[in-house]
Amino acid sequence: MDGSLGLIARMPVLQVDWGTLVSVNLPTLLFVIVGVPLVLVGYIVGADVLVRRLPKRSQPMVRPWVWVGPAILFVGVILVYPMVGTIVRSFFDRHGSTFVGLGNFTRLLTDGGILIVLRNNLLWLILYPGLVLLFGLLLAVLADRVRYEKTVKTLIFMPLAISFVAMAIIWQFVYYYKDPSEPQTGIVNAILVNIFHGQPITWVQDTRFNNFALILIGVWGATGFAMVILSAALKGIPAELLEAARVDGANEITIFRRVILPLMMPTIVVVGTTMVIFALKAFDVVYVMTAGNYNTDILARRMYDELYSAGNYANASTLAVILLLAVVPVLIFNLRQFRAVEERR
Amino acid sequence: MSVATASPPTAPPVRSAAEKARWSQRISAGVSSAGLNVAVLALTLAWIVPTVGLLINSFRPGGAFNTSGWWTALAPPYAFTLDSYRAVLGASDLAPSFFNSFMITIPATLIPTAIAAFAAYAFAWMKFWGRNWIFLALVGLLAVPLQLTFIPLLTLAVKLGLNSGNTLPGGLNAGFLAIWIAHTGYGLPFAIYLLANFFRVLPTDLFESAEIDGAGPVTVFFRLVLPLSVPALASLVIFQFLWVWNDLLVALIYLGGTPEVAPLTVTLTNLVGSLGQHREYLTAAAFVSMVVPLIVFFSLQRYFVRGILAGSVKG
Amino acid sequence: MGRLTRILAAMAIIVLGVTACGTSNQASGKIGGTVHILGTWTGAEKDSFDAVMKPFTDQTGIKISFEATRDLDAILQTKIAAGNPPDVTGAPGIGTLIKLARAGKLPTLDDKLDVSQLNANYGADWINLGKIDGKLYTLYAWASLKGLIWYDPKAFAAKGYEVPKTWADLTALQDKIKADGGKPYCVALESQAASGWPGSDWVKEIVLSQSGPTVYDNWWQGKQKWTTPEIKQAWTTWGQILGSNGSNVYGGKQYMVATTFGDGGQGLFTSPPKCYMFNQGSFITSFFDGYTPKPTAGTDYAVFPLPDVNSTNAGAHVVAGDAFVMTKDTPQARALLKYLATADAQDIWVKRGGGKIAINKQVSLNDYPDAISKSLAQIVVDTKIARYDAGDLMPSDMQKAYWGAVLKFVQNQSSLDSILADLDKTQATAYASP
Repeated sequence: MDGSLGLIARMPVLQVDWGTLVSVNLPTLLFVIVGVPLVLVGYIVGADVLVRRLPKRSQPMVRPWVWVGPAILFVGVILVYPMVGTIVRSFFDRHGSTFVGLGNFTRLLTDGGILIVLRNNLLWLILYPGLVLLFGLLLAVLADRVRYEKTVKTLIFMPLAISFVAMAIIWQFVYYYKDPSEPQTGIVNAILVNIFHGQPITWVQDTRFNNFALILIGVWGATGFAMVILSAALKGIPAELLEAARVDGANEITIFRRVILPLMMPTIVVVGTTMVIFALKAFDVVYVMTAGNYNTDILARRMYDELYSAGNYANASTLAVILLLAVVPVLIFNLRQFRAVEERR
Repeated sequence: MSVATASPPTAPPVRSAAEKARWSQRISAGVSSAGLNVAVLALTLAWIVPTVGLLINSFRPGGAFNTSGWWTALAPPYAFTLDSYRAVLGASDLAPSFFNSFMITIPATLIPTAIAAFAAYAFAWMKFWGRNWIFLALVGLLAVPLQLTFIPLLTLAVKLGLNSGNTLPGGLNAGFLAIWIAHTGYGLPFAIYLLANFFRVLPTDLFESAEIDGAGPVTVFFRLVLPLSVPALASLVIFQFLWVWNDLLVALIYLGGTPEVAPLTVTLTNLVGSLGQHREYLTAAAFVSMVVPLIVFFSLQRYFVRGILAGSVKG
Repeated sequence: MGRLTRILAAMAIIVLGVTACGTSNQASGKIGGTVHILGTWTGAEKDSFDAVMKPFTDQTGIKISFEATRDLDAILQTKIAAGNPPDVTGAPGIGTLIKLARAGKLPTLDDKLDVSQLNANYGADWINLGKIDGKLYTLYAWASLKGLIWYDPKAFAAKGYEVPKTWADLTALQDKIKADGGKPYCVALESQAASGWPGSDWVKEIVLSQSGPTVYDNWWQGKQKWTTPEIKQAWTTWGQILGSNGSNVYGGKQYMVATTFGDGGQGLFTSPPKCYMFNQGSFITSFFDGYTPKPTAGTDYAVFPLPDVNSTNAGAHVVAGDAFVMTKDTPQARALLKYLATADAQDIWVKRGGGKIAINKQVSLNDYPDAISKSLAQIVVDTKIARYDAGDLMPSDMQKAYWGAVLKFVQNQSSLDSILADLDKTQATAYASP
């Protein structure tokens, strides 16, 4: 083993072309960092000045569109415009020339293999948002009460910062299977073999466990997301409210149920909705870990294959439309939720 | 943590005089405080196991993680090495790709955050035709699979001359503008959804008193809404930054993977052979690429504080 | 609506300042300019590619702008559909290229390369391989050899095993190893999104050697069903190699599906050996180099070609290699393809190792870096029946179904009939033009 100082001395220094960096790159970056916010703030201030020149009566009609306009424009071009094409394509055959009505839908939804895919998506739909919310809420609420909150939050957040490129290798250190005659290199099988004296399990391939193993990877990655947002909502609850409840003699559990939870509900709905949608379009984990083999396939990965392997835009579009339709019930729930919030204020 | 019965329990961040006075409550809080610490530590521990495995293996020789578990490296004889880090930090395109990642990520975070804040303000506090339905449609668009947008949008970008390699006035590669616009569109549904939710629950009397003082919507937005929503804005910035920073596919589509424009994800992925040779480099690469998002998280974490709304509501 | 466009324009101006600069490269007598290449080579392969490109840039003044992705199918199809193709693409499989060529998205090479020179330097098989519907579209610059059995000569010597010359020898050796209490094979199939491909190599090698090139060609072209006796026989023959429930393979079926293919060879080098034979292509040495302790070519490992299953097809070999295709017709792209076909270019490539074998016949066998790669190059030169990797020739969805079928097969060999019937279903749609 080398002395660590020697090792560090031999570490390569970042190869930086200082000339280009200082003369070209940094000025560009600075322009961007200063320019972009300037344009954005300039837009809203300037637009409001223009709105104020309008007759008083029509101002309230015009003003909202000034504020939502940029968003609608961006989303219209980036998301709505491609989706219109997608929806149209879902009613045509794979050449895009013959109208087939709902033919693509009936064919895809009656295909033998689709049942497993739908079952897996259902598993994701139930377990992934449920567990992410549960752990996220637990961590946000509990960490709020300990002194080392920042450390805890940083550690839980870390999985989010690991790009999905490294995902396969990280989980190899957790789930990897070695023959029982060899030492296990995955920690789950090592615990199973050395502490519980069991047989190692191929967690990613064994159809009894693999969907749960994959969903757990997703939960591990997303819990930090839920925790950060829920924590932000928690911090927004006025301290006076909690103190008032404590003065009234309520215990912590009651305070959580009667004060914290109702006030956090809108945010829980936001995180829950986001997670439900993410569960519907889950892709990365399955793509990297199993490529949909061993009965782990899900809609979004299937769509990817239809798109790039089969080059079948009709099927890919149809699957995308199915995803969009699956979101509708969640949206209706949201509509009720924010109507309720508005009535309360 | 000390046993809580004798000494006062670990204080929650907020402690009031009223609470201090209640001894009986304190004792029960002491017992639950021990349980609290155990629960927090256990959850945290479970969560960091994969990351710790990654960290330790990033300091082990290439083939080692395949023959023995990472935990065995914690016992002597020690055989740590910086080989993987040396390979990653020695990559010739690393410095430019760091720069490219900033060049992509900073605008692709600022633009959607600002535009989403404008829109969320309108959705939460202005009345206009179709408001709820437009908002719902926006949330629904979260479900759009990005892959299906690539061909129509790249076609559009190429027609507008926004393809990578074209130079805009000033020497900026047009691909950057394309990817900022793309990431803005992709990020907006979540950004608006999150911010509108936080803006909506701001106390109504704030707006009423501001209106009485004659403040216009721009003033209310910058002076009241934004400062009061700092935790929400901070979390949005963190996530948008992360998503863009860690993105590989969108960058390859709109910008391409040539060294002049390749972000960090592309450069680090390319250290590994096309069939996965030297995939141990990914362990070190993961930590090198994690540094910047973690700094962003650290620096924004101080905005996750209680009491921004203090005094603004009648208790 | 126009507001945002104006904002964007304003933003661009504010952000970028005003200094527009247009530098045009005018090296006297040279073509100059840039060629944009899309490929899959990363890591050491990218370094080799850079080394090959250096003399080209020096000679022509053409700069190389290279981008790598492992999702080549996705990126290439998107960029071509959007009208923003790279100039040259190096693809590990040509299923997607065939579709693009038939859709009229690729320029032909017949009138762009010096075909007579190509005929002089390339074997006819390699030129024909580049043809789609009779027209030349793709060019191969190097090959790798598949169907190689890697073994540890020390382990063979210790037990008195001999390198099998015939299929009967192989099965006899297999039985002998089992009788001695060992495991004949290591098989490792895990490869992330491509899991299963190492097993598909076994099957296609057996198809070619067992039933010959005509069946093989009909099969990858989608004209021969998976359920036909020839293809089914190849699978059952592989099943006999694996043994029932994978009993001839170290670790059995669980180990096969769970082990990353690059680690599969480690069992050869343990003491006692976990297995004695490992079937992989010539590139696998780049993985051997990463093992601890690092095995040495020649002393720790040696190689023999998979024996002929059927002597009428003696000397048949499956090869693979990146197909270079012009995705945009530019003078620079033409110059690059011409250069890649030269012995000079391929010589640099093979000298750097990594299991690459030159296709240009002018490259000397003495230029290979070690005895093993030289012997493999010799096999390629001597090969009577060379066929390109069938999976890489199939449409991408057919290939993926093939890989998936391998995973199903090793877990339950008795379900072969339904696996093959499913493959027939994919075959029925996969070959239709998009």
